[in-house]
Amino acid sequence: MLEKALKGSPGYWIWLLVLGGIASIGMLAYVVQLNMGLTVTGMSRDVSWGFYIAQLTYLVGVAASAVMLVLPAYFHHYKAFKKIIILGEFLAIASVAMCILFVTVDLGQPQRLFNVVLHPTPNSVLFWDMVVLNVYMFLNLFIGWVTLESERNRVAPPHWLKYFIYLSIIWAFSIHTVTAFLYAGLPGRHYWLTAIMAARFLASAFASGPAILLLLVFLLQKITEFRAGDKAINTVATIITYAMCVNIFFYLLEIFTAYYSGIPGHQHPITYLFSGLHGFDQWVPYMWVAVAGAALSLVLLIPAKIRYNHTVLPYALGLLVLATYIDKGIGLIVGGFTPTPFETVTEYVPTIPELMITVGVYAIGALILTVLWKVALEVKRDLGTIGEKPEDVEKLYVSKL
Amino acid sequence: MSKTRRDFLKIAGMSALGLGCSALPAAAADPGHAPRKAAQGPAPGTLPDNALTATHWAMVIFTRRIKGPEHFDHIINACHQYHNVPEIPGHKDEIKWIWTDSFNHTFPEKETHFLAQDLEMMDFLLLCNHCENPPCVRVCPTKATFQRDHDGIVIMDMHRCIGCRFCMAACPYGARSFNFANPRPYIDGAKLNPDYPTRMRGVVEKCNFCAERLAKGQMPACVEASEGAMLFGDLDDPNSEVRKALRENFSIRRKTTLGTQPSVYYII
Amino acid sequence: MYNAKYIVPGIVVFLILATLPFWWSSIFVAGYDSPELALPADKDQCIESAEFMKANHMQILDEWRDQVVRDGERLYTATDGKIWEMSLQNTCMDCHSNKEEFCDKCHDTTSVSPYCWECHLAPRGNEQ
Repeated sequence: MLEKALKGSPGYWIWLLVLGGIASIGMLAYVVQLNMGLTVTGMSRDVSWGFYIAQLTYLVGVAASAVMLVLPAYFHHYKAFKKIIILGEFLAIASVAMCILFVTVDLGQPQRLFNVVLHPTPNSVLFWDMVVLNVYMFLNLFIGWVTLESERNRVAPPHWLKYFIYLSIIWAFSIHTVTAFLYAGLPGRHYWLTAIMAARFLASAFASGPAILLLLVFLLQKITEFRAGDKAINTVATIITYAMCVNIFFYLLEIFTAYYSGIPGHQHPITYLFSGLHGFDQWVPYMWVAVAGAALSLVLLIPAKIRYNHTVLPYALGLLVLATYIDKGIGLIVGGFTPTPFETVTEYVPTIPELMITVGVYAIGALILTVLWKVALEVKRDLGTIGEKPEDVEKLYVSKL
Repeated sequence: MSKTRRDFLKIAGMSALGLGCSALPAAAADPGHAPRKAAQGPAPGTLPDNALTATHWAMVIFTRRIKGPEHFDHIINACHQYHNVPEIPGHKDEIKWIWTDSFNHTFPEKETHFLAQDLEMMDFLLLCNHCENPPCVRVCPTKATFQRDHDGIVIMDMHRCIGCRFCMAACPYGARSFNFANPRPYIDGAKLNPDYPTRMRGVVEKCNFCAERLAKGQMPACVEASEGAMLFGDLDDPNSEVRKALRENFSIRRKTTLGTQPSVYYII
Repeated sequence: MYNAKYIVPGIVVFLILATLPFWWSSIFVAGYDSPELALPADKDQCIESAEFMKANHMQILDEWRDQVVRDGERLYTATDGKIWEMSLQNTCMDCHSNKEEFCDKCHDTTSVSPYCWECHLAPRGNEQ
């Protein structure tokens, strides 16, 4: 089926070339980092993780969110989703691939990466994160490929596939839970040491991941004749709205615990993020942008009338993505490392090479996504179902009865 | 009561295992000080006869016996020169095995409004605590950081470290440094200790309680340079110097509420 | 065969390229000469026989580093009963003090580049 990615309009090829170019620039920056060491990044002895691990955290969420399409479709037989499931699964693959790349570029000795496999260490959450991410990627690749192949051959997917699908549903929760455990199990890092971390991660993932998917679907509807169907889009928008409300609720729980208990250790990171600590306040504007973005997105999403307005919806989703990205990306990392174990503050600013490498990895992810989605759309184009809206099909089906 | 608690922990541990979470059982470990079981340790005939051995190495620092900045420098330099620790300018890429800080930074959980005046002015030595229950060992994905069964030293295998820096996030004592760049240019060639290696860029490092000196029958470099201000010995031996010092003086340890059980004790 | 005029030459080119490392040197490169190594002048015996060391020094070093760092063992008892400290820097390099003329010469000829010396200090013999 991969040959379907080899035929495309000039626009398609120019887009791939642009992505390839950006990825190459990122790789050049990575060569510099490889030769000089991580000193080219903004990370320090006190803030020893930075932008790369922030992207990992965010993208694991995007990957896990595919389950928000798969679960209603397979556990509740929600037919409107059947058409866009493949897009969600392929987005998950691209996201996990980026996650793995972000871990790799973050390593001081990447050529020793396989030590994780050579010396498996079950007591390390990072070891489990590697296991669950890789399995999740292959599960999605396998399920996506088999369903697409069946669709192309106009047959129903093999019945045994449903066991893999059920596994992938559970697995999606595991990848983000394990990623949350990377943080939530560390003594002395007050911002991370919270039992609600995994739940908060899942809530923010189920809001931001489908939001990114919908934004990409809107783009796809603009540049191709693909139609997801209003019913599917509206249902995803509703899921996003609920997940975002839960996400904000969980965050407010953290704020209550920290400030009502009055325990300084719990307050310091939040105070640092939202009003600055010991005179360090570099991330304060970003956090308030996140607050404003989250609030505004909820204002636009909660009333059904605005939520189902497909002219406004992309803006609401854009604000939501921005807000969750700041909170779970940079906010989570610098908040966790602030204050330092000595109750001092060391600020972190990503450097130009760090940003170039990050953009490069995103370009590789976009490249993978483009090729996978191209294959999926070409199959639907061959079948003549690309412009079909699932609700029309359903109506057709009902009328035939 | 304690039985039900233990049962609860057992069940919690088992179900956590069942969920594929393996970090929790370590949390169920007994938090009190229990003598280390005599693990096999080095095979017979693989250690020199004069090697210093113990089942639980620990350090006691008499903070008031250290007299001023020169004394501190003497102790720190003894360690850093012996282990070829680079002197990298600036705070960002800094590497240190043993260093000093104020009372409030060393013992932040013992913060008080009205600290004794002399403590307010004093500095304290900080180094890896060689915890009985080390979080850095728990998180390391390659066993590059591990705890020696036979004497409790928390040590690093520089040949295996992949530089993921998970241990730096996990250590609540800020004891770990990462080689952001090649450290060699920052070591004074004339001061290079030919008996000990340097490190390469991309690996984490920290104090190793001078495991290599103990094997040669020498006390840790800092202890030797401290002229009696620092004691080093076997915590499991009731007659050891460290146990005697702890019996006769009031001592504190850093961040004990976290359950890591540091092996470095401070007599204030 | 379908498209044989493309496939057959393709396979031939692939086979040539894939096997290149096996025959290239025997045709185009003059015979392999063992490099002349600077052996310690005052010693005639390494910890094990020269033949054994030539073939196995890398395994010994690999085992040593685990034994020393991970197991806390320090001494190696050689086949002849002699006891040595397990240390690249302090034992091996003590006799083989000329890294350029000993280690590097052979490693360069065989195109291997062990990174031991990124951490372990080059022999003191070279510093003079």
